Amino acid sequence: MTTSTSTAARLRADSVTVGYGEDPVVRDLSLTIADGRVTTIVGPNGCGKSTLLRTMSRLLKPTGGTVLLDGEPIQDIHTRDVARRMALLPQSPIAPEGLLVRDLVARGRHPHQRWFSQWSPDDERIVDLALEMTDTTHLRDRPLDQLSGGQRQRAWIAMTLAQDTDLLLLDEPTTYLDLAHQVEVLDLVTKLNRERGRTVVMVLHDLNLAARYSDAIVVMKDGVVAREGTPGEVFTPALLAATFGLDADVLPDPRTGLPIIVPTSSATAVEAIVERKELVDAPGL
Amino acid sequence: MTTLETRPRRLSRTPSAPLRVGPASWLVPVRAGVATLGCLAALAVLVALDLAKGDFEIPVGDVVRTLLGGGDAGQRFIVMELRLPQTLVAILVGAALGLSGALFQTFARNPLASPDILGVTRGSALGAVAVIVLSGASGYGGGLATGPLQTMGVPLAAFAGGMLAATLLYLLSWRKGIDGQRLVLVGIGMSAALTAATSWLLVKARIEDAASAQIWLNGSLNARGWEQAWPLVWTMAVLVPLALLLARSLNALQLGDDSARGLGVRLQLTQLLTLVAAVGLVSVSVAAVGPLEFVAFVVPQIALRLTGGSRPPMLASMAMGAVIVVGADFVTRVLIPFALPAGLVTAVIGAPYLIWLLLRNNRKVSA
Repeated sequence: MTTSTSTAARLRADSVTVGYGEDPVVRDLSLTIADGRVTTIVGPNGCGKSTLLRTMSRLLKPTGGTVLLDGEPIQDIHTRDVARRMALLPQSPIAPEGLLVRDLVARGRHPHQRWFSQWSPDDERIVDLALEMTDTTHLRDRPLDQLSGGQRQRAWIAMTLAQDTDLLLLDEPTTYLDLAHQVEVLDLVTKLNRERGRTVVMVLHDLNLAARYSDAIVVMKDGVVAREGTPGEVFTPALLAATFGLDADVLPDPRTGLPIIVPTSSATAVEAIVERKELVDAPGL
Repeated sequence: MTTLETRPRRLSRTPSAPLRVGPASWLVPVRAGVATLGCLAALAVLVALDLAKGDFEIPVGDVVRTLLGGGDAGQRFIVMELRLPQTLVAILVGAALGLSGALFQTFARNPLASPDILGVTRGSALGAVAVIVLSGASGYGGGLATGPLQTMGVPLAAFAGGMLAATLLYLLSWRKGIDGQRLVLVGIGMSAALTAATSWLLVKARIEDAASAQIWLNGSLNARGWEQAWPLVWTMAVLVPLALLLARSLNALQLGDDSARGLGVRLQLTQLLTLVAAVGLVSVSVAAVGPLEFVAFVVPQIALRLTGGSRPPMLASMAMGAVIVVGADFVTRVLIPFALPAGLVTAVIGAPYLIWLLLRNNRKVSA
């Protein structure tokens, strides 16, 4: 599946340029986010993937082109209305010490509230649902700073869910997490997409996780889209060499058939590996 | 992450109760509500004592009766004309400083951010001292209440000085947005520069001008009346509701600038209004009574420990600020026989707290 170019898509970038001069961070980039899918943006460091996500979420103003949300230029939409249609989890959000999980999640209701309506029955119901969906109900009275990395990230995702939007933008949601917690968070993302129909756009660093958890992959390099398509279409040794400068074998996952990227090591490293293997194997000989 | 944290861990469990009236609804933090009411009760007791005690003692019962419209002519004069205005100024200044500190600290996500530390108070002081010294009005050492220049000039200069210092602080710390950590660092630097400028003025001044400037610099509630109370009342009538309206956006702002904007907060407008409210409140207070050291700095943190929320509470900080300043007035007017400026009392409370906070955060950051 390639990302569809239908104009009905809710979120699109239309010839977007971000940054100034000869060398903008994102250059004349057009991208359509498929509704109801998980789209992951990957690319080498400094390729502009986070900048693109921040521009699509209206945190940055493009110097050229437009981001369209529901067909409207996103810059023309009121901040609050954007927040009612699209939720964002930034790369390193901060929380005051001792903030309780349920208070954090309740803050996701901000765009729906007024000063005279700060805790309607709807607010309460949707916050409860967000806690349930992220499996954090039992953590609701715990301070955020006492949770594990994975639990904390689930609580943050619960906050974005409390915004009650169909669109979810996650900027490197697995950074600083160990592998088990990365899987925990991405399993949750899949669940939200499949069971709740959320459209997810995320930036990930780890290519194997991107391959495993995405419907569509967008590979960026030097501010433009180098390639987009399904993980199987995109992750080829040729592309990895060209965009990431990475020599790698791509093998099918025995369980899913999805591509697994195995970097090829240098000759010295291979020698060392062989040496170690001989030492291990020696007693058995 | 070197952001200084603003709350203790033990007191984290805050049950809150939904309050719904028709389509309107709020989430009322129970403990914060109780703490605020407690502060108000303490304030009521202190106010009654402050009005009753002095050179001429009036029984507390008579004070309450006089306030409600009873009492004899002598009591009416002493309570309503002499003592009430000064106590009222103390309440208003305390509330304004408490709220100002709460706004600064929430805005900067840093308990060190307060008008005392950031140099806003210093800017007000410089403005006032400049007028006292440069106008060269010798011979009014008894107070500021002689002549229109002294009654109007000093408070206006204090207000303008605070506003100018805050504007400069904002411009110097601006780099594609306002970052709390940078705000504090720039503010400390500015504070030092403004203090130096004030000292220079004092050194250059004639001795009697320097003496009266020094009295003002110590922060005193002595002989404050209605003419100091009214500017406070009007300013607070505008800025307190503004601050309360900003509370919700400030809650979102605590999660970081990106999160706040993702939640639909108009970041720069919120930041600007918060600063305007905070600076306006502190400037009008300094204009009324001089710099009361450390009130805006300490009060929000004490209030936070009482209420146990995730940011310095606004209403509780106001109530607590009023308690501290009325308390300082009571101490300097009644308990200690010689006329000690109230600013010294608040400084004695504040300075050790600053040291404690710096030590604690130092440990935390290096941990």
